[in-house]
This record gives sequence, structure tokens and C-alpha cells, in this order.
Amino acid sequence: MALHAPLLVAAALFSIGVGGFVARRNVFALLMCIELMLNSVNLVFVTFSRQWLALEGHVTVLLVVALAAAEAAVALAIVIMLFRHRETLDVDVFASMKE
Amino acid sequence: MLDAILLVVLSAVAVVGALAMVTRRHPLGSALALIVVMIAIAGLYALLAAPLVAILQILVYGGAILALIVFVIMLLNVRHEDLAHEDGLGGRLGMGLTVAGLLFMGLAAGIHAIPADPFAPPPPGFGGIVAVGRALFRDYAVPFEVVSLLLTVAVVSAVGMAKRRLD
Repeated sequence: MALHAPLLVAAALFSIGVGGFVARRNVFALLMCIELMLNSVNLVFVTFSRQWLALEGHVTVLLVVALAAAEAAVALAIVIMLFRHRETLDVDVFASMKE
Repeated sequence: MLDAILLVVLSAVAVVGALAMVTRRHPLGSALALIVVMIAIAGLYALLAAPLVAILQILVYGGAILALIVFVIMLLNVRHEDLAHEDGLGGRLGMGLTVAGLLFMGLAAGIHAIPADPFAPPPPGFGGIVAVGRALFRDYAVPFEVVSLLLTVAVVSAVGMAKRRLD
């Protein structure tokens, strides 16, 4: 096994995450696309840790997971507020900062 | 040999799960597909000699973060009429497909150009609790403390935000 296969999987997951982020309009779908992208980057860190037998990648992944947990907490609180305010999950409705 | 089979199966599960996540209309379906993706990625971590990271992936991602997302979806009681209209291959869906395809082709070309031998066998204990814990709490103690502070601030602010009444 070489590093190409896991890196290709990570690239596929990241591309799907970016594509979904562009295509979807549901707040939850956008959040989960972000989580997917974070996970694919973690997979790259672990793959290169395996390649060079260095543990820095594992440490970075653990820090990124903690950051993702913080991001999910804040983002979900924002979603709850938006849903109470507008009674919808469509991101196009939440465009008041555009004007 | 077993490694190769597991690699193919887990990769296929991860990619198919990710596609299912992006294409489900209701967020609950997306969240369940995302749990499958997370567990497949945990399996890939285990294959890549990262047992501790694999366990934490299942505990923190599959367990805590996804449970939080599912909990909020159910708390908001999302009905079908709350969902945005997202149909047709034109517009955003086409743009998303194009972006994803182009990005993947670019990344795959870059990955293909990396010269690499097959992995060397890892030293005993690589990626285990002792080795990663020593690295995390000795060499990376300051980043770890900063992240724990950030997590505390984020959770407190999230509670404050979600509790506030709108009037």
C-alpha cells in the first residue's frame, strides 16, 4: 500500500464537500459539507504521518477534531437562532448582510 | 492482501456515503450518511497505523459531533415545507458538479505526480496512546491548552447564543 490511494480518497471527499457546498441551499447540508472537508484534510494528515512515520500528523488531527467540535457548537447555535428568527433553513433567505 | 481489500471497501463506502450525504434532501438523511462516512474514515485511519486517531474519530465525530447535529435537526422539527427548493440540473447543481469534477481532476493529477514507495512497516507502538500522548502533552502542550481554551469559549458562547430570547 502506498500513499496514493488514501490521498485519492481524501481528494474525492474534499471535492464532494466543495461541490455540495456550492450546490446546496440547506444550512445543515452546508455544515455537513464543511465537516466532510475537514475530515478529508485529516485523512491527508494521517496518510503523510504514515508515510514519514512521524506523529505530528496525528497530533494535528486531534487538534483539528477539537476545533471542529467548537465550530459545530457555534454553528448549530447560529442555526437555531436563524431558524427561530426566519422559520426556514434556506440560506438564500439569510441574505440580510448582503445589503 | 487483506489490507488491500479493506482499503477498497472502506474507500468505496466513504465516497458513496459522501455522495449520499450531498444528495439527500432532508438533513436527517444527510446526517446519517455522514455518520457512515466518519466510520469508514476511522477504518482508513486504523489501516494507516493510527489506532488512537481512529478510536477518537468514532468517539468524537461519529459520537459527539454527529449526535449534536442530529439532535439539533430533531429539536428544530424540520418539516418538508421548511426545506429549500433544490431541483433541476441547471444553476447551482450544475455549478457544484463542475466545481467538484474540476477540483478532483486537479487534485488527482497532483497526487499522481507524487513519487512514493510502498509504506515502510511502522515501529512498534506507532500511533498508540503512549506515543501520541507523549507527543501531544510534551511537544505540543501549548497548542493543546490553547485549543482547550478555545473549545471552552466556543461552548459557553454557543449556550449563551442559543438561550437568548428574540423579541
